[in-house]
Amino acid sequence: MCLLLTLLAAAISTVLWKSGAAKPAWKMGTLSLMYWGASLMWTVDGIFRVADGESFFEMTADDALLGLLIVACGIAGWLLTLWVAHSKAARVAARHANA
Amino acid sequence: MACFLAPAAEAIVVTVIRKRVQKKEEAANKAGTQVKSYTENVILWSRKLGWLNNMLWGGVFLLAIEHIWHGEVVPWPPFLTAMSNPADIHPMLMEILTVGGGMVVFVTIVWYLGTRIIERRVQNAQVKRAGQGA
Repeated sequence: MCLLLTLLAAAISTVLWKSGAAKPAWKMGTLSLMYWGASLMWTVDGIFRVADGESFFEMTADDALLGLLIVACGIAGWLLTLWVAHSKAARVAARHANA
Repeated sequence: MACFLAPAAEAIVVTVIRKRVQKKEEAANKAGTQVKSYTENVILWSRKLGWLNNMLWGGVFLLAIEHIWHGEVVPWPPFLTAMSNPADIHPMLMEILTVGGGMVVFVTIVWYLGTRIIERRVQNAQVKRAGQGA
């Protein structure tokens, strides 16, 4: 369920990124690639789980809750990178204005 | 257990390589001369490595959250719960090698194929534009 929710988040963020619905300054590509990276990694984890005789997808309420937390943390991490990039750009602009 | 450590190691290496490539590209840009290997590619290497970096760091961050959720990573030393039991250390290292190694290979292959497809598309668009201009 966690993998499915992350894949869904990856698909939605990719559509927003590529359709141009989101402003370039929002850097939707970063969010999209974050989710795709995690999805690919969990896919490999799932393949190894199947090799061990377990199921590929874990369909439990606990895993769904984890999936929601992962999506929320992805957004939080993305907002943090946006904030860091914004403050860095502001610092550079201030330095140029003072020079 | 700690499979995300393998992609984390790759992410560190890619970050260092990207910084160096970016400096070379900036230096070549300032000098007005472009390094041959960069001009051959439609998309700058620093940009392509940036995509891989985002995939790796993003994946590592989200997998770390998952490991914290499952109690496999804790905020106190030795940080990995498997490290506190000597019997768990060998299986943990094996998991980093197999599952983590698989993640490294898979993410890198997908990134490589993705960049090839995007580059081909950009090249085709440029050829089409040049054809229309002629």
